[in-house]
Amino acid sequence: MHEVSVTVNGVLRSATVPARRLLSDFLRHDLGCTGTHVGCEHGVCGACTVLLDGEPVRSCLLFAVSVDGAQLTTVEGCRAPDGGLGPVQRAFHECHGLQCGYCTPGFITTVTAYLRDHPDPTEEQAREAIGGNLCRCTGYQNIVASVLRAAAIQRGEA
Amino acid sequence: MKPPAFTYHRPASVADALAVLAETGPDGKVLAGGQSLVPVLNMRLAAPGHLVDINRLGELAHVTVDAGVVRVGALARHAAVERDAAAFAALPLLRQATGHVAHPAIRNRGTTVGSLVHADPAAELPAVLSLLSGSVTLASASGRRTVPAGEFFVGPLESALRPGELAVEALFPVPPKGSGTAWLEVSRRRGDFAVCGVGVLVTLSADRRVAAARAAYVSVGPTPLTVDLAEAVAGLPADTADWAAAGALAAARVRPEDDIHATAAYRRHLVAVLTARAGKAAVANA
Repeated sequence: MHEVSVTVNGVLRSATVPARRLLSDFLRHDLGCTGTHVGCEHGVCGACTVLLDGEPVRSCLLFAVSVDGAQLTTVEGCRAPDGGLGPVQRAFHECHGLQCGYCTPGFITTVTAYLRDHPDPTEEQAREAIGGNLCRCTGYQNIVASVLRAAAIQRGEA
Repeated sequence: MKPPAFTYHRPASVADALAVLAETGPDGKVLAGGQSLVPVLNMRLAAPGHLVDINRLGELAHVTVDAGVVRVGALARHAAVERDAAAFAALPLLRQATGHVAHPAIRNRGTTVGSLVHADPAAELPAVLSLLSGSVTLASASGRRTVPAGEFFVGPLESALRPGELAVEALFPVPPKGSGTAWLEVSRRRGDFAVCGVGVLVTLSADRRVAAARAAYVSVGPTPLTVDLAEAVAGLPADTADWAAAGALAAARVRPEDDIHATAAYRRHLVAVLTARAGKAAVANA
């Protein structure tokens, strides 16, 4: 067993887990952060995407023990400072960018990191940005609209 | 879809890592980015008894350009290689091809050297290393050896890495002056494994004639396949050379197979079309 400590959304959290514990399961089962969803568990669907030291990664393809000491941001950490919806969450809400919501945490984290680096994407770039995230409900039209809307919100064009 | 149990090792130095790998032998596996290894474990396609995590070995995270070679350390993530300005200036092909490796979330964690060692015939980096006649440096407790690309890729998902060895560095030689490269591939979605991918390297003489032209392919054989295109285009003015003939030449050399993703005939068609396009693009980049 290994003692693993990570900072999740600004809060230091620890648990003792076996080496084979995936980061996705560590977040959900050991730390109770159930915002991160687990889809395919082999890195294809993107539902479990979290930010590791600010960069999007698949939490199902990491061992918790391997990222001991890291800074993590999950969908819960993408909220606004006042606890309300963050800009990307708000855009997904406004544009109906989710239906069942299963894939949404992966989209929110992926898009949050993308817009930080690319504040004014074209529609084509928005599609490219979410290319690694699968949604089986929406047909992606509203998700693409959400990415562009989130960018506008963040640019202050709310 | 949970990985089997294993004993976890986190060595503090390369020497420590090599000592653990020597001790564990065939039951030990290196964990770098894990973007190929962890799916394999989750799907229980492999169950190594020991994982040797090299993610704390910052000394292996380098991307450096010196003496006509881009050196990529075992812990350099795809994203770092893709972003590296000096590596791009020396060898644009690295960024051209790495941008097609899966998705950004995978590239943030996966490593270039790990992709080489995994030796997936559908992966970009093995073809890049083959096209450039690069090599991989393998270290073990008993010493080091450098294996050229032509001997490194043994079969599908099989490299020349032996039990007890750690691939510490890949060496990508910078082509001579007057060279240009291009990378093109067709996949169902951007980021998926390529149905067919091609990298082309052309070298032009001072009067812009084709002095050399080579191509490397992914997803059309068990290992990265390189084809010398000189027969079709050497000596011709680069801008009017018959790149369609080069494509036809390559299509006659490849031996693709039918699978769930595409027929062999479609893959051969893609080889012809993509080679012609990539040849022209490489000339434009020279």
